[in-house]
Amino acid sequence: MNRLLLNKIVITLSTLAALMGISFLLWILVTLSIRGYHSIDWHIFTTDLVNNGLRNVIIGQFILAGIATVIGVPVGMMAGIYLREYGINSKFAMIVRNLSDVMMSAPSIVIGIFVYGIFVVPFGGFNGWAGVIALAILMIPIVVSTTDSMLSLVPQELREAGIALGASKAQVIYKIVLSAAKIGLITGVLLAFARVIGETAPLLFTSANNNFFSFGLSNQYPSLTVSIYHLALFPSQTSQNLAWAGSAILTLLVLFINLITRFIFKPRKQK
Amino acid sequence: MLFNRFFRGLSHTSAWLVLTILFAIIIVLFHYSKSAIGDFGFFHFITNSKWIVGNDGNGGNFGGLIPILGTFLSSLIAMVFAIPIAMGIAIFLTEIAPEFLKAPVGIAVELLAAIPSIIYGMWGLFYFGPLLQSWFGGQSNSLLTAGVVLGIMVIPFMAALSRDAMNTTPSVLVESAYSMGATRYEVIKDIVFPFAKKGIIGSVILSLGRALGETMAVAFLIGGVFRFPDSLTSATISIPVLIANNFGEAGNLQLSAMFYMALILFIISFFTITIAKFYFLRKTD
Repeated sequence: MNRLLLNKIVITLSTLAALMGISFLLWILVTLSIRGYHSIDWHIFTTDLVNNGLRNVIIGQFILAGIATVIGVPVGMMAGIYLREYGINSKFAMIVRNLSDVMMSAPSIVIGIFVYGIFVVPFGGFNGWAGVIALAILMIPIVVSTTDSMLSLVPQELREAGIALGASKAQVIYKIVLSAAKIGLITGVLLAFARVIGETAPLLFTSANNNFFSFGLSNQYPSLTVSIYHLALFPSQTSQNLAWAGSAILTLLVLFINLITRFIFKPRKQK
Repeated sequence: MLFNRFFRGLSHTSAWLVLTILFAIIIVLFHYSKSAIGDFGFFHFITNSKWIVGNDGNGGNFGGLIPILGTFLSSLIAMVFAIPIAMGIAIFLTEIAPEFLKAPVGIAVELLAAIPSIIYGMWGLFYFGPLLQSWFGGQSNSLLTAGVVLGIMVIPFMAALSRDAMNTTPSVLVESAYSMGATRYEVIKDIVFPFAKKGIIGSVILSLGRALGETMAVAFLIGGVFRFPDSLTSATISIPVLIANNFGEAGNLQLSAMFYMALILFIISFFTITIAKFYFLRKTD
């Protein structure tokens, strides 16, 4: 076969593959915009799920993901600091680094029923805290990995300069390394937040859902994603429209956070 | 100096916590599966195709064959669909796209990866499933729909990892091949692919690991029926979907059987991911 022809065929096929990938993205986005446009109105933001609104579940989702961030980020970041600043290539650090990497890809439903086992069964029922813990567990390995790689980009000379000035190791990390890696770390946290705010599976059997407005994390807790799941499968036009409204809002939010990290912070290219 | 020691202690503890969580997951899953493991054993459980709740709501006869099969088959379809497209995208991004297109296409692919899985489920349930049904017949919620949507979900992930692997090919090699008169296809086939082979295989296995454990999209699309799929377009169930659909109202033994399923899923995905990461995608730092 003519090698130039073969070359053309392969180039065309790859270009078509790329076009196909982009058209799936467009198809999903267009669907969401049209369905979202027809089903989003002010009513949704001012009433709760019980009255066919989404106010309580949107706020609930933010609170769950927000508290999970408050718990997961410090733990993940401190662990990442240990890996990069103290352990480095020690055996313990390598084991933690590798297992944390594996945990990052663990099925989220498994995390959900693990938390069911330790936070729902002993406390006698679904509760918001269990949902928070499940999301935090999902978040920790992500934060560990970004912290680890962002700190590795900080030049060794900065640390040495700090130590030469008489700073203690903790001061070097706290005042020099972390502030040098600040932008990368913030980006990592935002992406981890975007990742967990769209999670459904770990919430199904932990915080479950609630039709009413609630601030009490010790009861079943309202969640946007779990609501979308139930609403979509309910055979009624009203609830399916509500599910589309929720999906459009969720996607907009997640993509917005992703784009922010890309354009505002412009992370430096890793080599 | 106290702060110094406190800071080190805190970060050491956090690192331990990560390990503790992982071990706690295994122990807790095992603890709750004990009565199912005791009743059904291992080989009997994974070869038994029944899932029958006892009359009292607590006992029953539970086997994992159908969900295990459903998990593997839907992931297999996902791979068959995703691999050619993801490779095409990766090749496009590394060797074909003009500079000004690389960034926007790359960003579009990564945004596709950021969309929550429940959205793919909604889209598949209301649009893509019915479309596939109109082409291939059968049911709208089927092994095929679940597999293809799962494939679409892992494409960006697989493409991004393969692109990174292909990008590590030294440009000296690529340029010298071009200067010898090689076509793009020959450069890709004889230089880039052999060089990035390990990374590409790793990206495929890692995507497989994702597909095996995916819950929400599949929960919308696979049908959730406990029976053998007699064709690509019939409904069945997968491990995560079994858990998602029945967990809430399960009695003691059924609950235990579901923890058992989760344990099996966790072990399968643990090994899949470990093989991908430590054999094929070994980090060099």
